[in-house]
Amino acid sequence: MSIVDIDAKIPNNVDLADDRRLQRALEGWQPKFVRWWEELGPVAFKRSPVFLRTAIDVGRDGWAHFDHVEMPEYRWGIFLAEPEPDRKIAFGDHKGDDAWQEIPGEYRADLQRLIVVQGDTEPASVEQQRQLCLTAPSLYDLRNLFQVNVEEGRHLWAMVYLLHRYFGRAGRDEADEMLERHSGDADNPRILGAFNEETPDWLSFFMFTYFTDRDGKYQLASLRESGFDPLSRTCDFMLKEEAYHMFVGATGVGRVVQRTLELMREHDTDDVHPHGGLNLDLIQRYLNFHCSVSLDLFGAETSTNAANYFAAGLKGRFGEERRDDDHVLRDATRLVPEATGEGIDAREVTQLAALNETLREDYIDDCQKGLDRWNRSITEAGVDFALRLPHIGFNRNVGTFRDHHVSPDGRLVSDDDWNANAAEWLPSDDDKDHVTSLQVSVTEPGKMAGWVAPPATGINRKPLEFDYVRL
Amino acid sequence: MSDLTITTISFETSPPQYRHWGMEIDGERATLTMNVDPSGGLRDDYELKTNSYDLGVDIELYDATQRLRFEHPEVKVVVVTGGLERIFCAGANIQMLAGATHEHKVNFCKFTNETRNSIEDATANSSQVWIAAVNGTAAGGGYELALACDEILLVDDRASSVSLPEIPLLAVLPGTGGLTRVVEKRHVRRDLADAFATRTEGIRGRQAVDWGLVDEAAPLSSFGDLVDERVAARAAESDRPDCGPGVRLEPLDCTIVGDRIDYSTVSVGIDRRAGTAAFLITAPDAPQPATPEELIDAGAGAWILRCARELDAAMLHLRFNETAIGTWVFRTEGDPEAVAATEQLLADHPDHWLVREVRLYWARTLKRLDLSARSLVTLVEPGSCFAGILAELVLAADRSFMLDGTWEDLDDPPPPATIRLSAANLGWFAMSNGLSRLQTRFWGRPAALEAAESTIGTDLEASEAAEAELVTFTPDDLDWDDEVRVALEERNSFSPDALTAMEANCRFVGPETPETKIFSRLSAWQNWIFQRPNAVGPDGALQRFGTGARPDFDTRRV
Repeated sequence: MSIVDIDAKIPNNVDLADDRRLQRALEGWQPKFVRWWEELGPVAFKRSPVFLRTAIDVGRDGWAHFDHVEMPEYRWGIFLAEPEPDRKIAFGDHKGDDAWQEIPGEYRADLQRLIVVQGDTEPASVEQQRQLCLTAPSLYDLRNLFQVNVEEGRHLWAMVYLLHRYFGRAGRDEADEMLERHSGDADNPRILGAFNEETPDWLSFFMFTYFTDRDGKYQLASLRESGFDPLSRTCDFMLKEEAYHMFVGATGVGRVVQRTLELMREHDTDDVHPHGGLNLDLIQRYLNFHCSVSLDLFGAETSTNAANYFAAGLKGRFGEERRDDDHVLRDATRLVPEATGEGIDAREVTQLAALNETLREDYIDDCQKGLDRWNRSITEAGVDFALRLPHIGFNRNVGTFRDHHVSPDGRLVSDDDWNANAAEWLPSDDDKDHVTSLQVSVTEPGKMAGWVAPPATGINRKPLEFDYVRL
Repeated sequence: MSDLTITTISFETSPPQYRHWGMEIDGERATLTMNVDPSGGLRDDYELKTNSYDLGVDIELYDATQRLRFEHPEVKVVVVTGGLERIFCAGANIQMLAGATHEHKVNFCKFTNETRNSIEDATANSSQVWIAAVNGTAAGGGYELALACDEILLVDDRASSVSLPEIPLLAVLPGTGGLTRVVEKRHVRRDLADAFATRTEGIRGRQAVDWGLVDEAAPLSSFGDLVDERVAARAAESDRPDCGPGVRLEPLDCTIVGDRIDYSTVSVGIDRRAGTAAFLITAPDAPQPATPEELIDAGAGAWILRCARELDAAMLHLRFNETAIGTWVFRTEGDPEAVAATEQLLADHPDHWLVREVRLYWARTLKRLDLSARSLVTLVEPGSCFAGILAELVLAADRSFMLDGTWEDLDDPPPPATIRLSAANLGWFAMSNGLSRLQTRFWGRPAALEAAESTIGTDLEASEAAEAELVTFTPDDLDWDDEVRVALEERNSFSPDALTAMEANCRFVGPETPETKIFSRLSAWQNWIFQRPNAVGPDGALQRFGTGARPDFDTRRV
């Protein structure tokens, strides 16, 4: 049982007090992090007490503690899930070997790359979302935004701990660079393209937390399988926090849909824009956009890096140990989509090469679940409409579909067809203008902006009228 | 591997036909933008992703280096950059290497090295300075391309790195001069070079500058300004003319029928049974340009340029497409006076840009001959014209035969063959060791060198040429046919590997230069590694790369 030292300057359950050198290194990084938060974290409410949950323990019971906290005072810490005694590597060429407690020299570069790419996304999303606090539709939502932000900050801490603890000087340099790259900065952009786009409005935020944070879930879940045990345990704990981010997305989109249905019923019309709502087809277009750019984050259909990471035991598949195969995949094959001039076909490749595609498909299955819930509420409202995930080839900029246009229902279409229909399939300028026009800051406890329904319940059994953020 | 071998490889191309490079000329600046067509590989069992290259990509690069020098005298600076987002160049394509025959791999590396050397030659001798604008990650051969440039400017976006990951990822060496240039040219400290060459992720931005791996780093927003600034500074130092006209390199007139290859001044006859390729080079038979202006007017039609291009093309064709033809036999035909007269222009106007280009091109072409893994035999017979430039073919040979006397049995015997040295043999055409072929021949024997040099301008018959130590054997017509035949047949019976190794050892005496190190030390080790199971065996790194399977090394040090 690891002991959580919650009163330390850097709360942790990794015995930081016993590792003076590491403690010194991290305490050297901490002020840089705080400075980064001040400069590039949320643009307002910097000193407002926010009703935040803080990780204080990694055990099953009560790992989170709720209280009003000024964000810069948030107890960002280092928490790894409980070690699994005698853990073995579950896949790849090292399957059955003891999990590594230190990085194998052979895999230093690959592990460092995986951790840096994952770590870079965490502060990136905070930067992308920093303006949103000015237009939160309620105090409840404002608080949720900040909760997501501080936890992304903590995820950065988690990755930075690994870099400092296991990767020497190069790791420390990488940790510094995490704070020196900035989302959308022309000179020092974030590593992944999708993380250099601003999140301009709350509909986009809900979609982002639903789709893009879910990519994060799948990446973290694959890294949780890692033979490098500290990475595995780190990701395991991060997944607990990530689940809440997706909850914000799933309930956020659900509440938008619900409000739209209310307005449709109230005014007996499909067009609720004049009434301050968001039409279902607009919601579908936002969904198309965010889903497709998130699919790109999984990479090309075939990848030698993914194959190498798996064979080396660095990054597994989602739910690796629950899968019913040999977990080595040396000879297994599968089909991956292939777009040609004639249409969308499939080609057979080794499963090792196709791991990105396998993870992408698992992700798509997971995405569908939220849509099913939203569609139930649409059906229950007696409206003949269903939200759908776009085809896997729609609006893709990575992999086989990059050079082809595919409609949301999976037809290969010409450039002309695409241009003629793009406004039906992706958010148009009119859509964006309308969504922007509805973005107003609502700070009276219990009140909601007119385009989104209130949540079913408050946070930590508090009522909706609770002052989630004290202004 | 026969299913993976390529049919005949052609080296003939031109900018409108390029699939992988953009060439943009803007006054004194040319920009070469690498934008490799993934489906444009020479074989179809690999995709040229992320600006990785194969021989086809490099053939276009070589073509561009030649055209920039001859067709664009006004270009003073050449900027090489990448056309893909965040990628400069990923180096040689690994699937291509894994599927290539051994001799293709070796020939490919040699050719890419020669092209990198010609880039350095343009900077050093032609006042056409190459600058690498590394606007994204440069890995392996990508960084080696940058290393061939005189300045390396790296974008500092906290992601783009330069790297030589061959050893950790592929268990081979950076094969295009990378290691040599890092320590010999950029003077990177040996221990840092060691760290660099074993670090797959490479080195970024400021640290790359600190280690000496690049010259300057700048953020994206000012990167273009930095490149402009360096172009302006280097262009100001150039002595190239401000405007043309240049000389258009028209497609070569070449006919290949059966085992005969005919150009206008060079022809090659292949004898497969004997394993020989017989080169015949003919002297100009019409008046040639006597002034630089006439040379520009004559352009690619001038014998002195045409002959170099044809010899270059013939050698490349044979190297790649006729690997089993192990001996190249050189003869010439024509009037030695005509060769000497043609060459006089090069002696009289060494500072004219085009004269300089022609001389440098002959130097590179003769170097290519030295570096060809073939036995080189030169036959000096009556009616030949081994004067000046063409006398280099005698000096370049592993073995030469000169007929003593003439063909006595003919009714009207021609005058005896002669060899005539000229100023051209005294240092116009340095070998990779930095010495002329004459200096190399008499390495450590200054008196013999002086004696040979003193014959300049004199037509030497066989006995005199032998006395001056310019030829190996001088049989008379009684013995000639048998001597030559037996020598060639015997040569053809030896192990080609042993011959290549022996020839390389004998050809390059004297000092080491970065070039000799690249072609001997680096290439020799690389070629050894290319044969070793740790790289190319079924469990080796090159074969397993990209499959997800890890290489299984034989850990015994050799």
